[in-house]
Amino acid sequence: MRVGNFTKAVAVAATVAWMAGCSTTDTTSDSGEMMDKGSQQQDSASSSGTGSDGQMHSGHMADKMGKDAIADLQTVFYFDFDKAVVRPVGFEDLSAHAKYLADNPNARVVLEGHADERGTREYNIALGERRAKAVSRFLTVQGAASEQIEVVSYGEERPAVTGSNEAAWSKNRRVELKYGR
Amino acid sequence: MKQLLRYGALIGLLLASLARAELTIEITQGVDKPTPIAVAPFGWQQPQAMPEDIASIVEADLHRSGLFEPMARQNMLSFPSTAGEVYFRDWRQGGQEYLLIGNIEPQAGDRYLISFELFDVLKEQRLIGETLSGNRRQLRRMAHTIADKVYEKLTGIPGAFSTQIVYVTAQRFSKDNYRYQLQLADADGANPRQILDSREPILSPSWSRDGKKLAYVSFETGRPAIYIQNLATGAREKVTGFRGLNGAPSWSPDGRTLALTLSKDGNPEIYTLDIATRKLTRITKHYGIDTEPTWSADGRSIIFTSNRGGQPQIYQKELATGWIERLSFDGDYNAKAHLTQDGRHLVMVHRERGVFNIAVQDLKTGRLDVLSQTSLDESPSIAPNGSMVIYATKQAGKEVLSVVSLDGQVKYKLPSKQGNVREPSWSPYLQ
Repeated sequence: MRVGNFTKAVAVAATVAWMAGCSTTDTTSDSGEMMDKGSQQQDSASSSGTGSDGQMHSGHMADKMGKDAIADLQTVFYFDFDKAVVRPVGFEDLSAHAKYLADNPNARVVLEGHADERGTREYNIALGERRAKAVSRFLTVQGAASEQIEVVSYGEERPAVTGSNEAAWSKNRRVELKYGR
Repeated sequence: MKQLLRYGALIGLLLASLARAELTIEITQGVDKPTPIAVAPFGWQQPQAMPEDIASIVEADLHRSGLFEPMARQNMLSFPSTAGEVYFRDWRQGGQEYLLIGNIEPQAGDRYLISFELFDVLKEQRLIGETLSGNRRQLRRMAHTIADKVYEKLTGIPGAFSTQIVYVTAQRFSKDNYRYQLQLADADGANPRQILDSREPILSPSWSRDGKKLAYVSFETGRPAIYIQNLATGAREKVTGFRGLNGAPSWSPDGRTLALTLSKDGNPEIYTLDIATRKLTRITKHYGIDTEPTWSADGRSIIFTSNRGGQPQIYQKELATGWIERLSFDGDYNAKAHLTQDGRHLVMVHRERGVFNIAVQDLKTGRLDVLSQTSLDESPSIAPNGSMVIYATKQAGKEVLSVVSLDGQVKYKLPSKQGNVREPSWSPYLQ
């Protein structure tokens, strides 16, 4: 089940990467990074996962997911400096969020994009938006409806952790999922 | 005894004016050989205390420019307030090159007449002899005007002491409990007053070219929107509130247009907004981040930050032809650029070896100089006379404003008593 989820996430990541490559809404560097990471993950996962995607997917559809299903999920996803690429480590939980949204069409989520304090404020707001949009794309590719998702970027204005060191910065380069009622 | 009384009054005044300022000045570096100048206390022949110590304000302005070394008052042999009381030999022996004297006279209706004269001590020549008048509230401004005139006479560059700055103060009380204030103050940090108070972020204040209005970004509705506020009346209006980003407003030189960043069409792109008709024109079209537009002095092109090459760099777009050119090449992160009035220099945030500083690039020679030695420097804004750049930096974990001259020789800080200070923007010349 876990493996299946992960495999599916990898497949989705590859799709996202492919989309990013074609779409006009991503940078060459971002999509390049995503391709790299996506394909690396695919290599390592291909032995156990290839071909089982469709089955796992229908298996999931049988689950009835309620609010409890997202209670234990990670809601904060971290990013590299000046990058807006979703890290593979977050795929599994994001997939579960997407599934919850798909299963609950009335659910609404706000994706708050954030950056660390380095660099300029307006650039960081733009960067925060790209991060939130990368998460948004991940969710919609996996079945969430775009009307369920709102993106707001705060850039570097709302740090999660204060401090001027990599430990703080790495916690501040993030997207937070906040569900509405 | 009369002298003593005057001194007491002076010190009292000085303390009062310091207490009023939220930002104070801390000069950290000046030119190697600043010009010695004596600013004698201005004459005041009334029994009540002098309403404002004009000479000390002028003196502080000249000192802050880094180009002048004012003479300490206790070393002055006399306090002349008229040309007839000046003994040039005394001032020469005191090592002074210039002497400024003046006199304040009360007039009807809370008004004051200030006369002042600037002398070349070596040539024993009068360089300036003028009078100014204004009410009590305008005394500080009049002092800055005197400093402007002295500075221009002696350097050939118009002074920018009688200008103002806006900045944002931010206090964090707990997680998600903040207070942001947009503040306006004199260029020396005196007379701060609040323009906007909010629990949500405020950023990117930009002056209209006539100095009467500000455009800025406020998150007060929970989403970013761009507002224009009239400084005299306080009246404000929301000019953009599109889905997504509404950021980085920058007033065009003719005052009719705002350049800004919107992501309503998918990506962060630069647009221009005709303020009267509200007509939007899209300027950039690229899948990368395009933001932080500013104008060339002739209004014919827009400078902006874009990561279209993989990392943020500075580009220029000529509006008539659509020609786009990359301007910055040194370093792996260049952002938020401003062109100097003469179009020769580009001032921007520049990263080298992981450190963010303010740098200036000579567009003719391509030479890039790093101006600041602080870290996490951002938000540079150039004084209207092109002499100084004010920017935000971090000092002991606190955000403070700092100023550096365009040649990197002169530096001073404007530390604040409370909270973080950021997003400075230097006003144009004010009437």
